[in-house]
Amino acid sequence: MIKAILIFNNHGKPRLIRFYEYFAEDLQQQIIRETFHLVSKRDDNVCNFLEGGSLIGGSDYKLIYRHYATLYFVFCVDSSESELGILDLIQVFVETLDKCFENVCELDLIFHMDKVHFILQEVVMGGMVLETNMNEIVGQVELQNRMEKSEGGFSAAPARAVSAVKNMNLPEMPRNINIGDINIKVPSLSPF
Amino acid sequence: MSPSVRLQEMIRVIRGARTQGEERGVIQRECAAIRAQFRQADNGTRSHNLAKLLYVHMLGYPAHFGQMECVRLIASPRYNEKRVGYLGAMMLLDEKQDASLLITNSIKNDLSHSSQYVQSLALCTLGCMGSAEMCRDLAPEIDRLLRASNSYIKKKAALCAVHIVRKVPELGELFTPAARSLLSEKNHGVLHGAVVLITELCERNPDTLEQFRKVVPELVQIMKGLVMSGYSPEHNVAGISDPFLQVRILRLLRILGRNNDTASDAMNDLLAQVATNTDSSKTAGSAVLYETVLTVMDIKSESGLRVLAVNILGRFLLNNDRNIRYISMTSLQKIVQTDHNAVQRHRGTIVDCLKDQDASVKRRALELSLALVSAVNIRSLMKELLLFLSSCPPELRAHTTSGIFNAAERYAPSQRWHIDTILHVLTTAGGDVRDETVPNLIQLITTATELHCYTVHKLYRALITDISVQSLVQVACWCIGEYGDLLLRGECEETEPVQVAEDDVLDALEMVLQSHMSSPATRGFALTATMKLSTRITHNVDRIRSIVSIYGSCIDVELQQRAVEYNALFKKYDHMRAAVLERMPVIDKSSPGHTNGESAGGTMKEMEPTKLTQEVVLPQEPANKVCDLLDLLGGSAEPLQPSPALSTTPLGPVSSTAGGDLLDLLGGLDVTPVPPSVIVYEKNGVTLKLQTDRQTDTGMTVTLTATNSTDGDITSITLQAAVPKSVQLQMKAPSGDVIPAHGLGQVTQTVLLNNPNKVSLKMRVRVCYTSQGSVCQDTVQIDSFPSPAW
Repeated sequence: MIKAILIFNNHGKPRLIRFYEYFAEDLQQQIIRETFHLVSKRDDNVCNFLEGGSLIGGSDYKLIYRHYATLYFVFCVDSSESELGILDLIQVFVETLDKCFENVCELDLIFHMDKVHFILQEVVMGGMVLETNMNEIVGQVELQNRMEKSEGGFSAAPARAVSAVKNMNLPEMPRNINIGDINIKVPSLSPF
Repeated sequence: MSPSVRLQEMIRVIRGARTQGEERGVIQRECAAIRAQFRQADNGTRSHNLAKLLYVHMLGYPAHFGQMECVRLIASPRYNEKRVGYLGAMMLLDEKQDASLLITNSIKNDLSHSSQYVQSLALCTLGCMGSAEMCRDLAPEIDRLLRASNSYIKKKAALCAVHIVRKVPELGELFTPAARSLLSEKNHGVLHGAVVLITELCERNPDTLEQFRKVVPELVQIMKGLVMSGYSPEHNVAGISDPFLQVRILRLLRILGRNNDTASDAMNDLLAQVATNTDSSKTAGSAVLYETVLTVMDIKSESGLRVLAVNILGRFLLNNDRNIRYISMTSLQKIVQTDHNAVQRHRGTIVDCLKDQDASVKRRALELSLALVSAVNIRSLMKELLLFLSSCPPELRAHTTSGIFNAAERYAPSQRWHIDTILHVLTTAGGDVRDETVPNLIQLITTATELHCYTVHKLYRALITDISVQSLVQVACWCIGEYGDLLLRGECEETEPVQVAEDDVLDALEMVLQSHMSSPATRGFALTATMKLSTRITHNVDRIRSIVSIYGSCIDVELQQRAVEYNALFKKYDHMRAAVLERMPVIDKSSPGHTNGESAGGTMKEMEPTKLTQEVVLPQEPANKVCDLLDLLGGSAEPLQPSPALSTTPLGPVSSTAGGDLLDLLGGLDVTPVPPSVIVYEKNGVTLKLQTDRQTDTGMTVTLTATNSTDGDITSITLQAAVPKSVQLQMKAPSGDVIPAHGLGQVTQTVLLNNPNKVSLKMRVRVCYTSQGSVCQDTVQIDSFPSPAW
C-alpha cells in the first residue's frame, strides 16, 4: 500500500501532498520536512530507495523517490508494493502530467494544484495503484474536464465564448488581393 | 471559468510575499475572507474558496473550518462543486471527525448517479477515507457495481472493495464471488483491481485462500498471454507488456502456491518461462524477474527452478545499476533463512557492498552480512564488519554494534577473540552501544579467568589514551579495581610487558574521577575501583584514603554515600576491609526471564491432568486430532521447506506418524522440577530434547538438542519447525549435521520465537536424518512448553 505521495521542490516547499492514512496536520508537515531532509542529502548517482524515516511508520516503510529537474517525487510505500514497480509508476505519473499540461513544469503544478490532484486520483486510489495505462488516464481526465466545462453555468460564459470563437470556421483569407493591376498584400493575422 | 482562476490569483499573491511573516499575513487575510464567504448563503464561488483553502492547507496552515463546507459541496448537484467537495473531504476529513458521517448519505446517492464520473468520485472518496460504519452500509452497493457496470467503474469498485475488506474483514465473503468473476475481464485495469482484491481476500482468510487455489490455471493463462503476446502499444512499458499486472499476478501466485503442491506444480512451467524470456535490461523487466524469483523461492518449486532463481539474484547482485543491487539484496534477505547456503555463495559481493557510497545499499549489505554470520566465517566477516563500523554512517552505528555483539556472542571462536572484538567496538563506537554491554562485558571477563592479566593490561592502555567513551571507561575502571594486582605485577604472557607503577594507576583513576567528561555512573565505578585497590597495592594506601575522604563531601549524592561508607570501612571496620574488597566470584549469566525449577515443576503438575485427558481423548478421536494438526500446519505462517534431498511425503503417512508421535510425546515427557529440558522425540536411538529460555515478554529462545545412542553415526540431520500463524519464527543455523555414535556428541539448533499476541504456543518439528544408510523423517507436535504460560 502506498502510504503517502509527496511532491516538493529543491528547497522543500510542498507542491502536492496526498496522505492515504490519517495524520494530524502538524504531523503531516513534520513528515514533509523530514522527508525533504532525507531526500535532499542524497547524491544523484545513488539508488532511488531510502529507508530510515521514523515518523511515517517505522520499519516496514520505504521512500521511493525520483528527482526531475527542480522537483522531488516521493512515494512512501510498504513492503507489499514492488519497489521497481513504483519507480515505473512515478515515471508513468510524470509522463501523464506532461501530456495533460503540455510540457509540464513546476509552475504548472503550483498554479493547478487541484487539477494535479484529479489526475492523481485516476492513477492511485486509496493507496493502491488503479490504472497504469497513460492513454486511458489522459482520456478520462479529458472527459472529466469537458464535463466540468460544459456545466460551468454563468461563470463559464467567457470560456465558452473563447472556445466558440476558436472553433469557428473562418473562410481562408486570401494572401494577395489582385484587382486589375492593383496588388494588395494582406498582412497575415495570427489565429486566435 | 473553472475555480482555478481565483485560486491562481491567490497563489500569485502568496508567492509574491517576500518573507514568512508576510506570507502568514496574506494567508490569514485570505482565510478570514473564505470563512466569511462560507457563512454566507450559496453563491457561485464556493468551490473556488474550498480550492483556495486546500492550497493553504497544503502549505501547513489550519483549515478545519472547511470541513462543513466540504459536506455542503458534496451534496450540490453540480459536478464542479462535487469534485472539489470530494477532494476536500479526502484531504480534510477522516473517520475521527464527526462531519465524515454526514457524507455517507451523499456518497450513497452518488453511487447510483447516472453519470459515471460522479459515481467514480464517490467510490474514490469511500475507498480513501471510508470508516467501518460507512463501509458496512455501502458494501452491497459496491458489490452491485462490481458486477454490472462499465470497466471504468468496475476497477474503481474493486479497489474500494479492498478498502472495505481492510476495514471490515467479515465483509470479505460478500465480495468473493464477484472477485472470482472479474478475472474473466479483458480490461487490464479491471484485471489489476481484481487481482489486488483477490490478494487481499486470500491474505485475510485461509478458507478463501483454499477457494481461490482453483483459479491458478486461469491466472497462469493470463500471465502466459501477457508474456507471449507481441508488442501491444497500449500496455507496453519498455518492451514488457503491462509489467504492473504481471507483478501483481506473480505476487498472487506466490500466496496461492505457498505450501501447496498442486498449485505449485501448475505454475512451475510458467515461472520457468517468465524467468527465461523476460528481458531485464530495463527496470520494468527487472521488476518482473525479481517478483518471479521471490515467487519461485516461496512456493514448492522444483530444485532446477530454485537454482535458476538464485542465479538470477546473483546476476542482479553484480549489476552496475544501484537500484538493481539494492533490490537483489532485499530479496536475498527474504530467503537467507530458508536457503542459507545459496546466499553464502554471494558473501564476497555482499561484503563488498558494505563499502559502497550509497547509504541505502550499505544498510542492506549490513543486514545481510549479519544474517550470514556463521561459525565458519566469523573471523573474516567480523574483520569486515569492524572495518565497516569505523566508517559507517551515524544512523547505522547502533544497529551495527548490537549486530556485532550478537554475532560475537554466538560464534566466538575463543574468549580472547571475543574480548578483543568487544574492546575494538567500544573504542571505535563506544557511544552507540546498548546499555547492557557494560555488565555483559564484565561478566564475560570474569569467566575468562586465564585472560585477566591480558585484559587488564589492554584496558589500562585504552584508559590512558582516551577517557571520553563512558562504557569503555566503566569497564576499564572495574577491571583495574578487580585485577589491579595483576596489572602491577607487570608481566603477562599474552601481551608485551609494561611496567606500571602504583602512582600511574591511581593517577589514571583520579583523572577519570575529576574529568568533566565522566558521567556520574562512571565516577562511581572509578571511586569503587580506587577503594578496591587499597587491598591490592602496598605503598599508596594513604593516597587512596585521602581521595576517598575528599569525596565524602561531594555534591553528587551517590558518590558522597559511597565515599562516606568507604571512609567508614577505613576507620571503624578496617579489620573487615580485606574480606569486603576481595575478588568477586564469577557472575552467573542469568537473565530475568529464566524459569527456575519450581515454577517449571508447578506448571508441569498443572499440565498433567490436561495431558491425561488428552491421552483419553486421543484413542477415541484420532481423526479429529489429526485434522487439528493439519489445520495448524495450514494456518501456520512459517512454511515447512522441504529438504532438497527428500521428496515431499504424501499426506497419509505424515498423519499417522504424527498421531503415533503424539502418544510417544505424552509418554516421554518428564515431570521433574529440573531445568526446563524436555524430551520431545525418541526413536531409532535418536533423542531430541527441547529447552526453553524466555528472553523478553513475548520472545522466547528454544534450543533443540539431538543426541544419538546407536552404534553408528547419524548423518545429514536437519530440523524444521512450524508455529501458529501469529507467532514469528526464526531458525538459526544448526551447529552441525552429524551426531557421533554412542552419545559422544550432539547437534543443537536454536529457534527464536516471538509471540506478540500471546496465543497458546504450539510447535511442530520435523526431523530428517540418515541412520545406518536409511533415510528417516518424522514430525513431532509440541503442545506444551516447559515454561510459565504466556
